[in-house]
Amino acid sequence: MDALQLLIGGVANGCIYGLVALGFVLIYKASEAVNFAQGDMLMFGAFLGIAFINEDRGDLPFLLGLVAASLCLGLIAYALDRFVLRAIFGQPQFAMVVLTIALGFVLRFVAGTIWGYDPVSLETPFAGEILSLGGLTLAVADLLIILATCGLTFVLWLFFGRTRLGVAMQASSQNQMAAYYMGIPVKRVNSIVWGLSGVVSAIAGVLFAAKGAVEPSVGLLFGIKAFAAAVIGGFGSLPGALLGGLLIGVIEQFAARYAPSGYSQIAPYALMLLVLILRPGGLFAQIAQKKV
Amino acid sequence: MRVHFKRSYDEDIRLFEDWRRMAKYAVLLAIMIALPALVSGYFLGEVTLVLIYCIAGMGLMVLAGHTGQISLGHAAFMAIGAFSNLWFMDQGMPFLIALPLSAIFTGVVGAIVALPILRLSGIYLAIATLALSIIVEDIAIIAEPYTGGVVGVFAPPIEFFGTMVDRYGTPNLFYWMCLALVVLVTLGYANLLRSATGRSFLAVRDSEVSARALGVNVTRTKALAFGLSCGVTGIAGALYAHFVQVVNYESFLVLLSINLLLLVVIGGLGSIHGAFFGAIVVGLLPQGLSILRDFLQGTVGLDISAYPGLDTMVFAVIIIGMVIYEPLGLYGFYMKVKTQWQLFPLARRDMFRRSKSYLKTERLR
Amino acid sequence: MSLLSVTDLAIHFGGVKAVDGVSFDVQAGEVFTIVGPNGAGKSTIFNLISRFYQPTHGKIVFDGEDITATPAHHIAELGIARTFQNIELFDHSTVLQNLLVGAHTKRKATWVEDVLHLPRTRSNEREARRAVEEIIDFLDLAAYRDKMIAGLPYGVRKVVEIARALACEPRLILLDEPASGLSVEETNDMAFWIEDMKKDLGLTVLMVEHDMSLVSAVSDRVLAVVEGKPLALGTSAEVQSDPRVIEAYLGTAA
Repeated sequence: MDALQLLIGGVANGCIYGLVALGFVLIYKASEAVNFAQGDMLMFGAFLGIAFINEDRGDLPFLLGLVAASLCLGLIAYALDRFVLRAIFGQPQFAMVVLTIALGFVLRFVAGTIWGYDPVSLETPFAGEILSLGGLTLAVADLLIILATCGLTFVLWLFFGRTRLGVAMQASSQNQMAAYYMGIPVKRVNSIVWGLSGVVSAIAGVLFAAKGAVEPSVGLLFGIKAFAAAVIGGFGSLPGALLGGLLIGVIEQFAARYAPSGYSQIAPYALMLLVLILRPGGLFAQIAQKKV
Repeated sequence: MRVHFKRSYDEDIRLFEDWRRMAKYAVLLAIMIALPALVSGYFLGEVTLVLIYCIAGMGLMVLAGHTGQISLGHAAFMAIGAFSNLWFMDQGMPFLIALPLSAIFTGVVGAIVALPILRLSGIYLAIATLALSIIVEDIAIIAEPYTGGVVGVFAPPIEFFGTMVDRYGTPNLFYWMCLALVVLVTLGYANLLRSATGRSFLAVRDSEVSARALGVNVTRTKALAFGLSCGVTGIAGALYAHFVQVVNYESFLVLLSINLLLLVVIGGLGSIHGAFFGAIVVGLLPQGLSILRDFLQGTVGLDISAYPGLDTMVFAVIIIGMVIYEPLGLYGFYMKVKTQWQLFPLARRDMFRRSKSYLKTERLR
Repeated sequence: MSLLSVTDLAIHFGGVKAVDGVSFDVQAGEVFTIVGPNGAGKSTIFNLISRFYQPTHGKIVFDGEDITATPAHHIAELGIARTFQNIELFDHSTVLQNLLVGAHTKRKATWVEDVLHLPRTRSNEREARRAVEEIIDFLDLAAYRDKMIAGLPYGVRKVVEIARALACEPRLILLDEPASGLSVEETNDMAFWIEDMKKDLGLTVLMVEHDMSLVSAVSDRVLAVVEGKPLALGTSAEVQSDPRVIEAYLGTAA
């Protein structure tokens, strides 16, 4: 029973990791850039959610606030790509790494200046509510997070497989040049992907804030764990990212309970390093050798 | 523009192209040696820190700039250098033996860690090293017998044949010691770049397949670059430990790793000069900001200390500007200005224009 | 005697048989050319000889030594150098530095000596430079010696790549489409250089090429490969008039 309880808590945490990892993978799939500011985007989304929903601030209903926060962050992310990242279009991956790290710093500063550096949490209609099921006590927040994640993943899956824009994104990720020749506006597609990734991180951020307190520096470590999730999943694969997130979440919970203190924090990273060493392309690898 | 006519192959092998260049560096070195007589003790301390950053920057430059492997975890190797140095000294070894030992130890650890990690390339390597940097924080607490756990380790005084070298007691001696190490590391680095080993690093950076076809053992080369890089970074870590006098698990956070990478980017990837330029920016930025703060408060009455974290923000904005407008860093900028000066007034506007292209996939390496 | 002998070589990627049972012998001192339509597995054969790929079965023997299991970075040392179809130079280095990397296998100093710049490093540098300068003379590259690769025209890069391969002092040189993308004049120059490599440097040349004028001008023997299988072997004229080869190229039933 105890293990099952831990498992569900871990899965809920893992869902948030998975959502942030989805954000990574979205951007990576479209432009082969890794967004090191993804964790900070989650933080920003969480603060936006708090600003819209909490009673002493925007006082909007939860769902409305969630939509508003996602739209806001989506727009911000779109603008970031349109006005900052597009300036280095075509430069090597390395430039993008450095640029997004710096953008993360900026987001952190902006959030700290607007909302302060003290931890705040989100007021939700389901805060502290508990569902008893047999011997299990489940937080409603956890269940909602799991449900929301499943829903969002399904929508994204439909989007990539079924819509014109989704297919265009896939194409431009495979070969920007060829996609451009086929009439896909690669740069605009990139910006839209960033917007989409912003929306996903805002949702993840709001869900995160529903579970615990948020402060501006929370993004960095969270982002790195979400990285670990994306890497374990193989970076190119959406379900892989989600699965990687779940794995990280569950392992973290179990390590916190059973591993000696000090070792438990290492567990997610150790898992990632292990996966990288044993299967350099992640569990769902799409590795190929360069042709010469 | 001066044209130098070469008469023997040795002129290309020499460190300095001609006597003018050698004289320039000699003057620079003389000024650096005389610095304690020229500036205040406080400023000297800041310059000492810059020198330590220079060593760390050169360590990372070998790897990121010349071998093309991104590491986001070099603070971890600074930590290993610092703790191992203090541990060796704690065993009764003099600093002169403990420092090279800790450099070798860090280098060997680096090379061993590198072997599995370096099978990864590009972004995966960056993430793996980032994870390494995070883990080190926890490991520093777990490995209490060697690292002092949460409390940390105090740096014992350094003794050279009866002379005490201490950051506060004898700041001049400590400064000269750091300067000497900077000169040594720079010489070694310059030697490396003019040799077959250095060229094999460049080869691995630019094209692994053709490096392999030309007989370069790519795996070994990467591990060597990683080991050398970590060894040098370890020296910086050891000096840093003596500079701040006490180190614990919080001395080498992820943020330091990131700062080191940003340092080499600001300075200019792929040049020794870049490491120095970057170290000056990273080391002196807090000072510059505090001067700016006093200035703003004195003149317009704006109190920017009300915005905590402003220094990282400014740093970030500098980086963003740099990546967008000057991808070759400060050194690239310096070269441009220099070329324009030499050609004056014949420089053309488009001379340094970059060609824009669509991204080549880096998934297939 | 044959310098390189390939026996029943095959490699399968998943279900695709990229090379399927190819055998040939390259005699010392000849120019041997492999021709075939796109996707016939010509470059794959090169990559197998360079040991970038592990063959599914078959054997590669160079100068009496079985190299089927030799690591890729030992191949240059044995005396096989190569160029690439899409030019793989070190873009951010000068022509001179590129050629010096070509001389990598000749170095004797260890990395420790390099860092300290001990006498052996210095003599390495001098020797490498002397050897490289001869190649620069041979291929007329003096004008480009200190230029960055990134700014050079395509035709020059092609030559630099050959120069870099020559800097390995190989006995066998593999040229992967040396004339692709070159103008008619440049292709003529290439033909002269290949002749010179054979006559003056005593090299054996194994070449993949589409330009039939170059192939007929320089090749001693030609092997036609189609869909990973050898089709015809003989002089250039024999192979070009072989009805099976014509069919493979034109796709018409003979």
